[in-house]
Amino acid sequence: MKTLTHYLSLHLRNCATALADLLAQPVATGLTVAVIGVALVLPASLHLLVQNGRVVVGGWESVRDFSVYLKIGTALENATAIADDLAAREIIDSVEVIPADDALEQFRSGFGVSELLDSMNSNPLPHTLVARPAEVATSAALTALEQEIRALPGVDQVRIDTEWVARLNAILDFLRRGVWIAAVMLVGAVIVTVGNTIRLDIQNRRDEIEICKLLGASNGFVRRPFLYIGLWYGVIGGIVALLLLGAGYLLLAPPVQRLTGLYGGGLELLGLDWVTLVAVLAAGILCGWGGAWSAVSRHLAAIEPK
Amino acid sequence: MIRFESVTKRYEGGHEALREVSLELHNGEFAFLTGHSGAGKSTLLKLIALIERPTRGLVLVEGRNIGRLKPRQVPEHRRKIGIVFQDNKLMEDRPAFDNVALPLVIAGFNKREIARRTRAALDQVGLLDKERSTPRHLSTGEQQRVGIARAVASRPRLLIADEPTGNLDPELSLDIMNLFRRFNEVGVTTLIATHDLNLLEQLDYRRIELADGEVIDQGNIS
Repeated sequence: MKTLTHYLSLHLRNCATALADLLAQPVATGLTVAVIGVALVLPASLHLLVQNGRVVVGGWESVRDFSVYLKIGTALENATAIADDLAAREIIDSVEVIPADDALEQFRSGFGVSELLDSMNSNPLPHTLVARPAEVATSAALTALEQEIRALPGVDQVRIDTEWVARLNAILDFLRRGVWIAAVMLVGAVIVTVGNTIRLDIQNRRDEIEICKLLGASNGFVRRPFLYIGLWYGVIGGIVALLLLGAGYLLLAPPVQRLTGLYGGGLELLGLDWVTLVAVLAAGILCGWGGAWSAVSRHLAAIEPK
Repeated sequence: MIRFESVTKRYEGGHEALREVSLELHNGEFAFLTGHSGAGKSTLLKLIALIERPTRGLVLVEGRNIGRLKPRQVPEHRRKIGIVFQDNKLMEDRPAFDNVALPLVIAGFNKREIARRTRAALDQVGLLDKERSTPRHLSTGEQQRVGIARAVASRPRLLIADEPTGNLDPELSLDIMNLFRRFNEVGVTTLIATHDLNLLEQLDYRRIELADGEVIDQGNIS
Protein backbone atom coordinates (compact mmCIF):
# COMPACT_ATOMS: atom_id res chain seq x y z
CA MET A 1 0.00 0.00 0.00
CA LYS A 2 2.79 2.35 0.95
CA THR A 3 4.59 1.70 -2.31
CA LEU A 4 1.40 2.29 -4.27
CA THR A 5 0.74 5.65 -2.60
CA HIS A 6 4.36 6.49 -3.13
CA TYR A 7 4.16 5.48 -6.79
CA LEU A 8 1.03 7.58 -7.31
CA SER A 9 2.50 10.60 -5.55
CA LEU A 10 5.62 10.28 -7.68
CA HIS A 11 3.47 10.30 -10.83
CA LEU A 12 1.44 13.20 -9.53
CA ARG A 13 4.60 15.16 -8.87
CA ASN A 14 5.95 14.34 -12.34
CA CYS A 15 2.65 15.36 -13.86
CA ALA A 16 2.59 18.70 -12.04
CA THR A 17 6.27 19.40 -12.73
CA ALA A 18 5.76 18.72 -16.44
CA LEU A 19 2.89 21.22 -16.60
CA ALA A 20 4.94 23.80 -14.70
CA ASP A 21 7.86 23.24 -17.11
CA LEU A 22 5.57 23.85 -20.08
CA LEU A 23 4.00 26.97 -18.59
CA ALA A 24 7.47 28.33 -17.81
CA GLN A 25 8.07 28.60 -21.58
CA PRO A 26 4.80 30.09 -22.81
CA VAL A 27 5.96 30.98 -26.33
CA ALA A 28 7.51 27.64 -27.24
CA THR A 29 4.65 25.76 -25.62
CA GLY A 30 2.08 27.99 -27.30
CA LEU A 31 3.51 27.32 -30.75
CA THR A 32 3.62 23.56 -30.29
CA VAL A 33 0.15 23.51 -28.82
CA ALA A 34 -1.20 25.67 -31.67
CA VAL A 35 0.16 23.23 -34.25
CA ILE A 36 -1.47 20.34 -32.42
CA GLY A 37 -4.74 22.25 -32.05
CA VAL A 38 -4.97 23.16 -35.74
CA ALA A 39 -4.00 19.66 -36.80
CA LEU A 40 -6.76 18.20 -34.63
CA VAL A 41 -9.38 20.78 -35.59
CA LEU A 42 -9.18 19.98 -39.31
CA PRO A 43 -10.49 16.41 -39.21
CA ALA A 44 -12.88 17.31 -36.39
CA SER A 45 -14.49 20.15 -38.33
CA LEU A 46 -14.68 18.02 -41.48
CA HIS A 47 -16.40 15.39 -39.40
CA LEU A 48 -18.92 17.93 -38.11
CA LEU A 49 -19.51 19.18 -41.66
CA VAL A 50 -20.32 15.67 -42.87
CA GLN A 51 -22.44 15.11 -39.77
CA ASN A 52 -24.47 18.22 -40.57
CA GLY A 53 -24.73 17.22 -44.20
CA ARG A 54 -26.15 13.86 -43.19
CA VAL A 55 -28.81 15.49 -41.04
CA VAL A 56 -29.83 17.73 -43.92
CA VAL A 57 -30.00 14.84 -46.37
CA GLY A 58 -31.70 12.69 -43.76
CA GLY A 59 -34.43 15.30 -43.59
CA TRP A 60 -34.94 14.99 -47.31
CA GLU A 61 -34.69 11.25 -47.53
CA SER A 62 -38.17 10.80 -46.13
CA VAL A 63 -39.40 12.91 -48.97
CA ARG A 64 -39.86 10.13 -51.46
CA ASP A 65 -42.97 11.63 -52.99
CA PHE A 66 -43.05 11.66 -56.71
CA SER A 67 -44.97 13.90 -59.07
CA VAL A 68 -47.06 12.87 -62.07
CA TYR A 69 -47.67 15.67 -64.53
CA LEU A 70 -50.70 15.13 -66.74
CA LYS A 71 -51.03 16.36 -70.32
CA ILE A 72 -52.26 19.92 -70.71
CA GLY A 73 -55.97 19.91 -71.35
CA THR A 74 -56.72 16.73 -69.46
CA ALA A 75 -60.06 17.05 -67.69
CA LEU A 76 -59.98 17.27 -63.91
CA GLU A 77 -62.30 14.23 -63.71
CA ASN A 78 -59.76 12.17 -65.63
CA ALA A 79 -57.06 13.36 -63.24
CA THR A 80 -59.12 12.25 -60.27
CA ALA A 81 -59.74 8.90 -61.96
CA ILE A 82 -56.03 8.34 -62.49
CA ALA A 83 -55.39 9.39 -58.89
CA ASP A 84 -57.93 6.83 -57.65
CA ASP A 85 -56.32 4.19 -59.84
CA LEU A 86 -52.91 4.93 -58.34
CA ALA A 87 -54.19 5.13 -54.79
CA ALA A 88 -55.72 1.67 -55.18
CA ARG A 89 -52.26 0.13 -55.66
CA GLU A 90 -50.58 -1.45 -52.71
CA ILE A 91 -47.28 0.29 -53.38
CA ILE A 92 -48.88 3.73 -53.06
CA ASP A 93 -49.87 5.18 -49.72
CA SER A 94 -51.77 8.25 -50.80
CA VAL A 95 -52.27 10.49 -53.80
CA GLU A 96 -53.00 14.19 -53.77
CA VAL A 97 -54.47 15.95 -56.76
CA ILE A 98 -53.26 19.48 -57.42
CA PRO A 99 -55.57 21.01 -60.01
CA ALA A 100 -53.93 23.27 -62.58
CA ASP A 101 -55.75 26.34 -61.23
CA ASP A 102 -54.49 25.75 -57.70
CA ALA A 103 -50.98 25.22 -58.97
CA LEU A 104 -51.21 28.49 -60.87
CA GLU A 105 -52.38 30.26 -57.74
CA GLN A 106 -49.51 28.79 -55.72
CA PHE A 107 -47.07 29.72 -58.39
CA ARG A 108 -48.40 33.27 -58.59
CA SER A 109 -48.14 33.94 -54.86
CA GLY A 110 -44.89 32.12 -54.29
CA PHE A 111 -42.59 33.20 -57.06
CA GLY A 112 -43.49 36.78 -57.86
CA VAL A 113 -44.10 36.18 -61.55
CA SER A 114 -47.77 37.22 -61.57
CA GLU A 115 -47.28 39.78 -64.34
CA LEU A 116 -45.78 37.20 -66.60
CA LEU A 117 -48.63 34.81 -65.85
CA ASP A 118 -51.22 37.52 -66.37
CA SER A 119 -49.88 38.12 -69.85
CA MET A 120 -50.68 34.53 -70.77
CA ASN A 121 -54.06 33.67 -72.16
CA SER A 122 -54.33 30.22 -70.75
CA ASN A 123 -52.94 28.35 -67.72
CA PRO A 124 -49.58 26.85 -68.75
CA LEU A 125 -49.59 24.40 -65.88
CA PRO A 126 -51.02 20.88 -65.99
CA HIS A 127 -52.97 19.05 -63.32
CA THR A 128 -50.47 17.35 -61.06
CA LEU A 129 -50.70 14.27 -58.89
CA VAL A 130 -48.38 13.95 -55.92
CA ALA A 131 -48.07 10.35 -54.87
CA ARG A 132 -46.47 9.13 -51.65
CA PRO A 133 -45.09 5.60 -51.95
CA ALA A 134 -45.61 3.08 -49.16
CA GLU A 135 -42.75 2.67 -46.70
CA VAL A 136 -42.02 -0.81 -48.03
CA ALA A 137 -41.63 0.32 -51.64
CA THR A 138 -38.13 -0.46 -52.93
CA SER A 139 -36.47 1.80 -55.42
CA ALA A 140 -36.64 -1.00 -58.00
CA ALA A 141 -40.39 -1.27 -57.49
CA LEU A 142 -40.68 2.50 -57.80
CA THR A 143 -38.76 2.46 -61.06
CA ALA A 144 -41.11 -0.19 -62.43
CA LEU A 145 -44.09 1.83 -61.23
CA GLU A 146 -42.68 4.91 -62.92
CA GLN A 147 -42.62 3.06 -66.28
CA GLU A 148 -46.16 1.87 -65.76
CA ILE A 149 -47.54 5.28 -64.87
CA ARG A 150 -45.73 6.90 -67.76
CA ALA A 151 -47.65 4.57 -70.12
CA LEU A 152 -51.06 5.57 -68.75
CA PRO A 153 -53.19 7.69 -71.09
CA GLY A 154 -53.13 11.37 -70.12
CA VAL A 155 -49.81 11.18 -68.31
CA ASP A 156 -47.14 13.52 -69.61
CA GLN A 157 -44.20 13.13 -67.20
CA VAL A 158 -43.28 11.29 -64.05
CA ARG A 159 -40.60 12.79 -61.82
CA ILE A 160 -39.04 10.88 -58.97
CA ASP A 161 -36.79 13.25 -57.05
CA THR A 162 -35.03 10.77 -54.81
CA GLU A 163 -32.13 10.19 -57.16
CA TRP A 164 -30.13 13.29 -56.28
CA VAL A 165 -30.59 12.50 -52.61
CA ALA A 166 -28.84 9.22 -53.25
CA ARG A 167 -26.10 11.08 -55.09
CA LEU A 168 -25.63 13.50 -52.21
CA ASN A 169 -25.44 10.57 -49.85
CA ALA A 170 -22.72 9.04 -51.98
CA ILE A 171 -20.81 12.33 -51.86
CA LEU A 172 -21.15 12.43 -48.09
CA ASP A 173 -19.86 8.85 -47.82
CA PHE A 174 -16.91 9.90 -49.91
CA LEU A 175 -16.30 12.89 -47.66
CA ARG A 176 -16.58 10.71 -44.58
CA ARG A 177 -13.78 8.52 -45.87
CA GLY A 178 -11.88 11.71 -46.59
CA VAL A 179 -12.27 12.69 -42.96
CA TRP A 180 -10.66 9.41 -41.92
CA ILE A 181 -7.74 9.83 -44.26
CA ALA A 182 -7.23 13.43 -43.12
CA ALA A 183 -7.47 12.33 -39.49
CA VAL A 184 -4.87 9.60 -39.90
CA MET A 185 -2.44 11.92 -41.69
CA LEU A 186 -2.87 14.77 -39.23
CA VAL A 187 -2.58 12.46 -36.24
CA GLY A 188 0.71 11.34 -37.76
CA ALA A 189 1.73 14.99 -38.10
CA VAL A 190 0.93 15.65 -34.44
CA ILE A 191 2.93 12.62 -33.31
CA VAL A 192 5.91 13.79 -35.35
CA THR A 193 5.56 17.36 -34.00
CA VAL A 194 5.42 16.27 -30.38
CA GLY A 195 8.17 13.72 -30.96
CA ASN A 196 10.45 16.37 -32.40
CA THR A 197 9.74 18.85 -29.62
CA ILE A 198 10.47 16.22 -26.98
CA ARG A 199 13.63 15.23 -28.84
CA LEU A 200 14.93 18.80 -28.56
CA ASP A 201 13.92 18.83 -24.91
CA ILE A 202 15.90 15.64 -24.31
CA GLN A 203 18.93 17.16 -26.01
CA ASN A 204 18.69 20.29 -23.88
CA ARG A 205 18.56 18.24 -20.71
CA ARG A 206 21.19 15.75 -21.74
CA ASP A 207 23.51 16.54 -18.82
CA GLU A 208 20.71 16.25 -16.31
CA ILE A 209 19.64 12.89 -17.74
CA GLU A 210 23.21 11.62 -17.62
CA ILE A 211 23.57 12.71 -13.99
CA CYS A 212 20.31 10.98 -13.07
CA LYS A 213 21.50 7.78 -14.68
CA LEU A 214 24.84 8.02 -12.85
CA LEU A 215 22.97 8.32 -9.57
CA GLY A 216 20.99 5.19 -10.29
CA ALA A 217 17.84 6.47 -11.95
CA SER A 218 15.95 3.78 -13.83
CA ASN A 219 14.92 4.30 -17.43
CA GLY A 220 11.36 4.73 -16.21
CA PHE A 221 12.40 7.53 -13.88
CA VAL A 222 14.16 9.37 -16.70
CA ARG A 223 11.37 8.68 -19.19
CA ARG A 224 8.43 9.76 -17.06
CA PRO A 225 8.83 13.57 -17.10
CA PHE A 226 9.02 13.57 -20.89
CA LEU A 227 5.96 11.35 -21.23
CA TYR A 228 4.02 13.72 -19.00
CA ILE A 229 5.19 16.69 -21.05
CA GLY A 230 3.89 14.91 -24.16
CA LEU A 231 0.65 14.16 -22.37
CA TRP A 232 0.19 17.82 -21.47
CA TYR A 233 0.95 18.92 -25.02
CA GLY A 234 -1.84 16.59 -26.13
CA VAL A 235 -4.32 17.76 -23.50
CA ILE A 236 -3.71 21.46 -24.12
CA GLY A 237 -3.64 20.90 -27.90
CA GLY A 238 -6.98 19.10 -27.65
CA ILE A 239 -8.48 21.96 -25.65
CA VAL A 240 -7.20 24.45 -28.24
CA ALA A 241 -8.84 22.36 -30.97
CA LEU A 242 -12.15 22.36 -29.06
CA LEU A 243 -11.98 26.13 -28.58
CA LEU A 244 -11.34 26.58 -32.31
CA LEU A 245 -14.30 24.32 -33.10
CA GLY A 246 -16.50 26.33 -30.72
CA ALA A 247 -15.40 29.60 -32.32
CA GLY A 248 -16.10 28.19 -35.78
CA TYR A 249 -19.56 27.12 -34.65
CA LEU A 250 -20.36 30.56 -33.25
CA LEU A 251 -19.22 32.16 -36.51
CA LEU A 252 -21.17 29.78 -38.74
CA ALA A 253 -24.43 29.39 -36.80
CA PRO A 254 -26.04 32.77 -37.70
CA PRO A 255 -25.49 32.53 -41.48
CA VAL A 256 -26.66 28.92 -41.45
CA GLN A 257 -29.78 29.96 -39.60
CA ARG A 258 -30.44 32.64 -42.23
CA LEU A 259 -29.84 30.15 -45.00
CA THR A 260 -32.19 27.51 -43.61
CA GLY A 261 -34.69 30.29 -42.91
CA LEU A 262 -34.71 31.03 -46.63
CA TYR A 263 -35.36 27.36 -47.35
CA GLY A 264 -38.32 27.22 -45.01
CA GLY A 265 -36.35 26.58 -41.81
CA GLY A 266 -36.41 23.43 -39.76
CA LEU A 267 -32.65 22.90 -39.82
CA GLU A 268 -30.29 23.69 -36.99
CA LEU A 269 -26.50 23.59 -37.22
CA LEU A 270 -25.27 20.64 -35.20
CA GLY A 271 -22.71 21.71 -32.65
CA LEU A 272 -20.07 19.73 -30.84
CA ASP A 273 -21.48 16.49 -29.48
CA TRP A 274 -19.97 14.60 -26.55
CA VAL A 275 -18.55 11.88 -28.74
CA THR A 276 -16.61 14.34 -30.89
CA LEU A 277 -15.49 16.28 -27.83
CA VAL A 278 -14.14 13.18 -26.12
CA ALA A 279 -12.66 11.91 -29.39
CA VAL A 280 -10.74 15.16 -30.00
CA LEU A 281 -9.35 15.17 -26.46
CA ALA A 282 -8.51 11.48 -26.59
CA ALA A 283 -6.80 11.92 -29.95
CA GLY A 284 -4.78 14.79 -28.49
CA ILE A 285 -3.72 12.78 -25.47
CA LEU A 286 -2.84 9.71 -27.53
CA CYS A 287 -0.84 11.79 -30.00
CA GLY A 288 1.01 13.66 -27.26
CA TRP A 289 1.84 10.54 -25.32
CA GLY A 290 2.65 8.59 -28.48
CA GLY A 291 4.93 11.30 -29.82
CA ALA A 292 6.74 11.57 -26.50
CA TRP A 293 7.09 7.81 -26.31
CA SER A 294 8.57 7.57 -29.78
CA ALA A 295 11.12 10.32 -29.00
CA VAL A 296 11.97 8.94 -25.59
CA SER A 297 12.42 5.37 -26.73
CA ARG A 298 14.73 6.43 -29.54
CA HIS A 299 16.84 9.06 -27.77
CA LEU A 300 17.00 8.25 -24.07
CA ALA A 301 18.68 4.90 -24.45
CA ALA A 302 21.47 6.63 -26.38
CA ILE A 303 22.37 8.73 -23.32
CA GLU A 304 24.59 6.50 -21.24
CA PRO A 305 27.18 7.88 -18.85
CA LYS A 306 30.78 7.31 -19.92
CA MET B 1 33.03 -5.09 0.32
CA ILE B 2 34.87 -4.91 -3.02
CA ARG B 3 36.85 -7.69 -4.63
CA PHE B 4 38.56 -7.71 -8.02
CA GLU B 5 39.68 -11.09 -9.36
CA SER B 6 42.01 -10.93 -12.37
CA VAL B 7 40.08 -8.10 -13.93
CA THR B 8 41.05 -6.90 -17.36
CA LYS B 9 39.37 -3.99 -19.08
CA ARG B 10 40.03 -3.45 -22.74
CA TYR B 11 38.27 -0.50 -24.38
CA GLU B 12 37.00 -0.54 -27.93
CA GLY B 13 39.98 0.25 -30.07
CA GLY B 14 42.22 -2.07 -28.10
CA HIS B 15 43.52 0.11 -25.27
CA GLU B 16 43.99 -2.03 -22.19
CA ALA B 17 43.19 0.19 -19.19
CA LEU B 18 43.41 -2.55 -16.58
CA ARG B 19 45.37 -5.80 -16.73
CA GLU B 20 44.75 -8.77 -14.45
CA VAL B 21 43.90 -6.57 -11.48
CA SER B 22 43.17 -8.38 -8.21
CA LEU B 23 42.49 -6.50 -4.99
CA GLU B 24 40.23 -6.50 -2.01
CA LEU B 25 38.75 -3.70 0.03
CA HIS B 26 37.20 -4.71 3.34
CA ASN B 27 34.07 -3.46 4.93
CA GLY B 28 34.66 -0.11 6.65
CA GLU B 29 38.08 0.40 5.10
CA PHE B 30 39.48 3.74 3.93
CA ALA B 31 41.89 3.52 1.00
CA PHE B 32 43.50 5.67 -1.64
CA LEU B 33 43.91 4.59 -5.21
CA THR B 34 47.02 6.20 -6.59
CA GLY B 35 49.09 6.20 -9.73
CA HIS B 36 50.05 8.48 -12.58
CA SER B 37 47.30 9.77 -14.84
CA GLY B 38 46.23 7.08 -17.26
CA ALA B 39 47.21 4.32 -14.85
CA GLY B 40 43.65 3.06 -14.74
CA LYS B 41 42.28 4.67 -11.55
CA SER B 42 39.15 6.07 -13.19
CA THR B 43 38.49 2.84 -15.05
CA LEU B 44 38.70 0.88 -11.82
CA LEU B 45 36.12 3.15 -10.17
CA LYS B 46 33.90 3.00 -13.26
CA LEU B 47 33.91 -0.78 -13.04
CA ILE B 48 32.68 -0.59 -9.43
CA ALA B 49 29.87 1.78 -10.41
CA LEU B 50 29.09 -0.30 -13.51
CA ILE B 51 29.67 2.67 -15.77
CA GLU B 52 31.98 0.25 -17.55
CA ARG B 53 31.93 -3.55 -17.57
CA PRO B 54 34.97 -5.77 -17.19
CA THR B 55 36.30 -7.47 -20.31
CA ARG B 56 37.54 -10.41 -18.24
CA GLY B 57 37.59 -11.34 -14.59
CA LEU B 58 35.22 -10.86 -11.67
CA VAL B 59 34.15 -7.65 -9.94
CA LEU B 60 32.36 -8.42 -6.69
CA VAL B 61 30.58 -5.74 -4.67
CA GLU B 62 29.15 -6.97 -1.37
CA GLY B 63 29.67 -10.48 -2.63
CA ARG B 64 27.69 -9.95 -5.80
CA ASN B 65 29.25 -10.48 -9.22
CA ILE B 66 28.18 -7.19 -10.77
CA GLY B 67 29.51 -8.09 -14.20
CA ARG B 68 26.52 -10.37 -14.52
CA LEU B 69 23.88 -7.76 -13.69
CA LYS B 70 21.38 -7.09 -16.46
CA PRO B 71 21.08 -3.50 -17.74
CA ARG B 72 17.86 -2.97 -15.83
CA GLN B 73 19.55 -4.06 -12.58
CA VAL B 74 22.30 -1.44 -12.96
CA PRO B 75 20.32 1.52 -11.51
CA GLU B 76 19.61 -0.39 -8.30
CA HIS B 77 23.32 -1.20 -7.97
CA ARG B 78 24.33 2.43 -8.48
CA ARG B 79 21.86 3.64 -5.86
CA LYS B 80 23.81 1.66 -3.25
CA ILE B 81 27.04 3.54 -3.97
CA GLY B 82 27.90 7.15 -3.26
CA ILE B 83 29.97 8.54 -6.10
CA VAL B 84 31.96 11.79 -6.17
CA PHE B 85 32.99 12.80 -9.66
CA GLN B 86 36.09 14.64 -10.70
CA ASP B 87 34.02 17.19 -12.64
CA ASN B 88 31.28 17.26 -9.98
CA LYS B 89 28.49 16.49 -12.44
CA LEU B 90 26.14 18.94 -10.80
CA MET B 91 23.03 20.36 -12.42
CA GLU B 92 24.28 23.89 -13.10
CA ASP B 93 20.90 25.60 -13.11
CA ARG B 94 19.52 23.99 -9.96
CA PRO B 95 20.16 25.09 -6.39
CA ALA B 96 22.46 23.09 -4.15
CA PHE B 97 19.45 21.67 -2.35
CA ASP B 98 18.00 20.13 -5.54
CA ASN B 99 21.37 18.67 -6.46
CA VAL B 100 21.82 17.00 -3.12
CA ALA B 101 18.20 15.85 -3.05
CA LEU B 102 18.39 14.17 -6.46
CA PRO B 103 19.55 10.70 -5.33
CA LEU B 104 16.84 10.76 -2.65
CA VAL B 105 14.20 11.66 -5.22
CA ILE B 106 15.47 8.84 -7.41
CA ALA B 107 15.38 6.43 -4.49
CA GLY B 108 11.77 7.42 -3.88
CA PHE B 109 11.83 8.99 -0.43
CA ASN B 110 8.85 11.12 0.52
CA LYS B 111 9.09 14.88 0.49
CA ARG B 112 9.66 15.37 4.21
CA GLU B 113 12.35 12.72 4.41
CA ILE B 114 14.06 14.19 1.32
CA ALA B 115 14.18 17.64 2.94
CA ARG B 116 15.46 16.23 6.23
CA ARG B 117 18.24 14.10 4.74
CA THR B 118 19.25 16.77 2.22
CA ARG B 119 19.68 19.37 4.95
CA ALA B 120 21.56 16.87 7.09
CA ALA B 121 23.98 16.17 4.22
CA LEU B 122 24.43 19.88 3.47
CA ASP B 123 25.07 20.48 7.13
CA GLN B 124 27.76 17.80 7.22
CA VAL B 125 29.70 19.53 4.44
CA GLY B 126 29.06 22.96 6.00
CA LEU B 127 26.85 24.35 3.25
CA LEU B 128 23.50 24.56 4.98
CA ASP B 129 23.38 28.32 4.40
CA LYS B 130 24.01 27.89 0.67
CA GLU B 131 21.15 25.53 -0.15
CA ARG B 132 19.45 28.05 -2.48
CA SER B 133 22.65 28.87 -4.42
CA THR B 134 23.21 27.34 -7.83
CA PRO B 135 26.65 25.80 -8.54
CA ARG B 136 27.43 28.83 -10.71
CA HIS B 137 27.39 30.99 -7.59
CA LEU B 138 29.53 28.63 -5.54
CA SER B 139 33.31 28.38 -5.41
CA THR B 140 35.06 25.29 -6.78
CA GLY B 141 35.56 23.95 -3.27
CA GLU B 142 31.92 24.53 -2.41
CA GLN B 143 30.83 22.80 -5.61
CA GLN B 144 32.95 19.82 -4.69
CA ARG B 145 31.34 19.75 -1.26
CA VAL B 146 27.86 19.81 -2.83
CA GLY B 147 28.97 16.80 -4.86
CA ILE B 148 30.09 15.05 -1.66
CA ALA B 149 26.86 15.92 0.13
CA ARG B 150 24.96 14.40 -2.78
CA ALA B 151 27.07 11.25 -2.63
CA VAL B 152 26.36 10.70 1.07
CA ALA B 153 22.75 11.98 1.17
CA SER B 154 21.23 8.52 0.73
CA ARG B 155 23.67 7.11 3.30
CA PRO B 156 25.44 4.56 1.13
CA ARG B 157 27.71 1.94 2.67
CA LEU B 158 30.27 2.48 -0.06
CA LEU B 159 31.69 5.80 -1.18
CA ILE B 160 33.97 6.16 -4.19
CA ALA B 161 35.56 9.41 -5.30
CA ASP B 162 37.51 10.21 -8.46
CA GLU B 163 40.10 12.97 -7.89
CA PRO B 164 37.83 14.87 -5.48
CA THR B 165 40.55 17.45 -4.79
CA GLY B 166 41.72 17.78 -8.38
CA ASN B 167 41.24 21.52 -8.70
CA LEU B 168 41.61 22.60 -5.08
CA ASP B 169 44.45 24.26 -3.18
CA PRO B 170 46.22 22.18 -0.48
CA GLU B 171 44.27 23.61 2.44
CA LEU B 172 40.88 22.98 0.86
CA SER B 173 42.04 19.54 -0.23
CA LEU B 174 42.80 18.59 3.33
CA ASP B 175 39.36 19.87 4.39
CA ILE B 176 37.73 17.62 1.81
CA MET B 177 39.78 14.64 2.90
CA ASN B 178 38.83 15.22 6.53
CA LEU B 179 35.22 15.21 5.39
CA PHE B 180 35.72 11.78 3.83
CA ARG B 181 37.44 10.58 7.01
CA ARG B 182 34.44 11.62 9.06
CA PHE B 183 32.12 9.58 6.87
CA ASN B 184 34.52 6.65 7.12
CA GLU B 185 34.49 6.92 10.89
CA VAL B 186 30.77 6.14 10.90
CA GLY B 187 31.39 2.99 8.89
CA VAL B 188 31.28 4.01 5.23
CA THR B 189 33.77 2.05 3.14
CA THR B 190 35.70 4.68 1.20
CA LEU B 191 37.89 4.48 -1.89
CA ILE B 192 39.44 7.68 -3.20
CA ALA B 193 41.39 7.97 -6.43
CA THR B 194 43.99 10.71 -6.31
CA HIS B 195 47.44 11.53 -7.62
CA ASP B 196 47.95 14.36 -5.12
CA LEU B 197 51.18 13.10 -3.46
CA ASN B 198 51.53 16.04 -1.07
CA LEU B 199 48.13 15.30 0.31
CA LEU B 200 48.84 11.59 0.65
CA GLU B 201 51.90 12.25 2.73
CA GLN B 202 49.79 13.98 5.34
CA LEU B 203 47.38 11.08 5.61
CA ASP B 204 48.34 7.66 6.82
CA TYR B 205 45.99 5.31 5.05
CA ARG B 206 46.25 2.30 2.80
CA ARG B 207 47.38 3.15 -0.71
CA ILE B 208 46.68 0.91 -3.67
CA GLU B 209 49.05 1.92 -6.42
CA LEU B 210 48.37 1.37 -10.09
CA ALA B 211 50.83 1.70 -12.95
CA ASP B 212 49.92 1.06 -16.59
CA GLY B 213 46.80 -0.80 -15.62
CA GLU B 214 48.43 -3.12 -13.12
CA VAL B 215 48.46 -3.09 -9.33
CA ILE B 216 52.09 -2.56 -8.25
CA ASP B 217 51.38 -2.04 -4.55
CA GLN B 218 48.40 -3.33 -2.60
CA GLY B 219 49.33 -1.21 0.42
CA ASN B 220 48.93 -2.20 4.04
CA ILE B 221 45.45 -2.76 5.28
CA SER B 222 45.01 -0.17 7.96
